[in-house]
Amino acid sequence: MTLPRTPSQTVGPFYTIGLCRRAENALDPDGRELAGMLIDGAGAPVPDGVVELWDAEARLWGRCGTDSSGRFSFRVRGDARSLDGYVFARGLLKHQRFRIEVAELNAEDDELRFDIRMQGENATPFYEP
Amino acid sequence: MSDIVLPDDPAFGPDVQVDYPGYRSTRFRAPDRPLRTLPEELHAVDGPVFGEDALGPLDDDLTQQHDGEPLGERIIVSGRLLDEDGRPLRGALIEVWQANAAGRYRHEVDQHPAPLDPNFSGAGRCLTDDDGGYRFVSIKPGSYPWQNHPNAWRPAHIHFSVFGPAFSQRLVTQMYFPGDPLIEYDPIIHAVRDPKARALLVGQFDLERTEEQWALAYRWDIVLGRGGRGTTPLENR
Repeated sequence: MTLPRTPSQTVGPFYTIGLCRRAENALDPDGRELAGMLIDGAGAPVPDGVVELWDAEARLWGRCGTDSSGRFSFRVRGDARSLDGYVFARGLLKHQRFRIEVAELNAEDDELRFDIRMQGENATPFYEP
Repeated sequence: MSDIVLPDDPAFGPDVQVDYPGYRSTRFRAPDRPLRTLPEELHAVDGPVFGEDALGPLDDDLTQQHDGEPLGERIIVSGRLLDEDGRPLRGALIEVWQANAAGRYRHEVDQHPAPLDPNFSGAGRCLTDDDGGYRFVSIKPGSYPWQNHPNAWRPAHIHFSVFGPAFSQRLVTQMYFPGDPLIEYDPIIHAVRDPKARALLVGQFDLERTEEQWALAYRWDIVLGRGGRGTTPLENR
């Protein structure tokens, strides 16, 4: 027996009501900062998106809505090697999966930087689910 | 309206068309590069597990979160969370959010000139039970206008966020109400091009679960992909 999967729909513009009721962006409260911008195909910041990160090795999860300038930030384990993530947004009908290899990130003042670009030549690589 | 609601295309199956042109905001936000194949070892990665501490005491009853009761038609929305093989998914976190009965969200961005309800926040959470079951008490959300195209209205809906046991099983979607005349004109539900798949987003009126003299009921089951845990190889899907 195979049941048909329930299709995806966008989180819409009002997702903070349901998804951002608590501060959940610290996977490891004593960890290092990982921050970035969510950027659309016109180069504009996306102020109504939400990013989830999963440190599978340590079983630590976090979520952060983007602010009015499209920025998100997390605290992640200092020795995390890789992180799996999803991005959701108004205008995005299905969340997109990405992967962060921490060693490949730029770090400024110990802050890891990871921008998510939805489109274009420098788009973030997204994976099939 | 022709470009707002495109003709049915069953070839899409359960997949939503992420660059659906009728939903204008997809233009700069839908990925425009081919998706990469997930490395084999990542298919079955476990996802986060949430316990009772993720829940507040009245999180599954959106009508009891304030001093008074919200206005609107009281409803019970329930169903089961299953995987494609029909196995119940237990202990899964389900989060919901919705507009009030007048079609207004308690959100600073919502400018619809409809009243806020001081007794309604519009957010809930629950964990599925041993049978994969969930149940929320709420009020029926109102329809509301939006800016997508001239005279655009969203059909009444409840947003659902679901975490399956595998990371790959994550789902965010919307449940619609049966018989809603606005569904026919809505580009967001029509981005699901297969009419059979679209029908899966519409809850069913459930007379059996109504509570006499108290609340109407809708039933809506949610089916997640196998998340790399099934017996069917990916290429045979």
